[in-house]
Amino acid sequence: MATTSDEKAKAGHFIRIAGLKKTFRSQGKSFEVLKGVNLEIGKGDIYGVVGFSGAGKSTLIRCINRLEEPDSGEITIGDTEITRLSKSELDMYRQKIGIIFQQFNLLDSRTVAQNVSFPLEIAGSKTSHSEVRVREILELVDLSDKADFYPGQLSGGQKQRVGIARALANNPDILLSDEATSALDPQTTLSVLDLLKDINEKLKLTIILITHELNVIRYICKNMAVLEDGKIVENGPVKSVFNSPKSDTAKLFMKIDAGFANFGWEGGGGI
Amino acid sequence: MEKMTLLQTFASAFSGKTWAIVLPEIYNTLYMVLFTTILTAFFGMLLGILLVSTDADGIYPCPRFSAILGGIVNGLRSLPSIIIIILTLPLSRMLIGVSYGPKACIIALAVTCIPMFGRLVESSILEVPKGKIEAARSMGAQNRHIIMKVMIPEALPSLIRNFTIAVVAVISTTALAGMLGAGGLGDVAVRFGYNRFKTDILIAAVLVMIVMVQIVQRAGDGLSKLVLKKRHLI
Ligand SMILES: Nc1ncnc2c1ncn2[C@@H]1O[C@H](COP(=O)(O)OP(=O)(O)O)[C@@H](O)[C@H]1O
Ligand SMILES: [Mg+2]
Repeated sequence: MATTSDEKAKAGHFIRIAGLKKTFRSQGKSFEVLKGVNLEIGKGDIYGVVGFSGAGKSTLIRCINRLEEPDSGEITIGDTEITRLSKSELDMYRQKIGIIFQQFNLLDSRTVAQNVSFPLEIAGSKTSHSEVRVREILELVDLSDKADFYPGQLSGGQKQRVGIARALANNPDILLSDEATSALDPQTTLSVLDLLKDINEKLKLTIILITHELNVIRYICKNMAVLEDGKIVENGPVKSVFNSPKSDTAKLFMKIDAGFANFGWEGGGGI
Repeated sequence: MEKMTLLQTFASAFSGKTWAIVLPEIYNTLYMVLFTTILTAFFGMLLGILLVSTDADGIYPCPRFSAILGGIVNGLRSLPSIIIIILTLPLSRMLIGVSYGPKACIIALAVTCIPMFGRLVESSILEVPKGKIEAARSMGAQNRHIIMKVMIPEALPSLIRNFTIAVVAVISTTALAGMLGAGGLGDVAVRFGYNRFKTDILIAAVLVMIVMVQIVQRAGDGLSKLVLKKRHLI
């Protein structure tokens, strides 16, 4: 059942995921990756989901724009029940959700400006409008001088900025980030995270950010959840999860984090 | 026929008498190669895109159709060109009214080359990272967008290289055109060089074919490199 806008306003949540399940089947074997995920995310939040490799983070984020079809459960964004959209409604709706990837996934055949205008072309924007919009967005991500470069000429950090620009082209309400900084060095990671912070404030964009790096969460997220073996085992404001981790995964994450910090020069300390 | 030394044979291969026979056949070969290549390019691309798209992991999964199409392609590819030429005789008669001559030959050659190029197109497109297609999908791209704006442009350098292979195959397959009375360099090489021991004509015809293949291969390699350079991928 679709929630009415009254109920939604009362709950104060922009994105609501309830009982989300996903099982992969291949060669007669089935593998339950999401085992009933519940999440509520407020508008304008930067929400971090942390978990170890294989926990189901990517599958979760891919269900939100239905790159993966959930088996059951509900995903509601605003008033829209995502899981019930038809094919053509889905294409429209996807234009309002940006996503960025670890591998950037830029098109090598297109220049920076042409990569950014790609989603506009698909949405059927007029060329004149596109050009203005592309210039605007490239300015925002500080890449105006690289408009006519090809991705092959860019560094990793610049590529991810193009990825972000492309994701923002259609004025989305939500930005999904799947390990967007995991292929970048620490300094570049920082600058990309600063950019995400910046657009979160400027554009009032809701960001869902998936990562296995605790520092990323600590640096920009307001609220977070811990995904363990296909289930949310813990969630809340970042500070409270960090101060008193309850789940095994959260505790282990903190321990590893602290372990690296205390690691001595002679190989003492440790995790 | 007087016996010629090796040197005399080579000299004769470049004589006006020899080229009077070979030159018109260059035109015949080019004519057949051109039109076969056009048909192969168009239908091969179509076939390759269909094979990729309708695969179970494709953008428009249709496993049943894909299996049947793949089966037909494999079937055609397993047959020697000579057999295909014989099998396409009725098809030519149906389409153009005759089953001999250059036009009939073009149909037969296209039927031989389309399945091969289709498979090459398929493999080129499969090299495009899945993530790029998914990224397009996540922005609301429809299948036609993905084919026209992602698959083909991203696979372009590889497509050009594989197209070059296909054109070379077309050139060498035209050697069978003689079977349909369509002439061409291969036919001359067989009729004069083999049947009538005119080694000079054989040499001349073969040389021209070698030069043609060289030109095509170099042009293809160059073009593919040019695209890669423009994109700063090499
Ligand atoms: N398309 C798929 N088919 C089968 N198994 C999959 C597929 N996608 C992911 N998986 C499996 O689901 C599990 C979770 O994957 P993923 O969501 O990518 O985890 P994470 O992003 O947290 O590392 C992994 O064990 C992975 O092998
Ligand atoms: Mg992942």
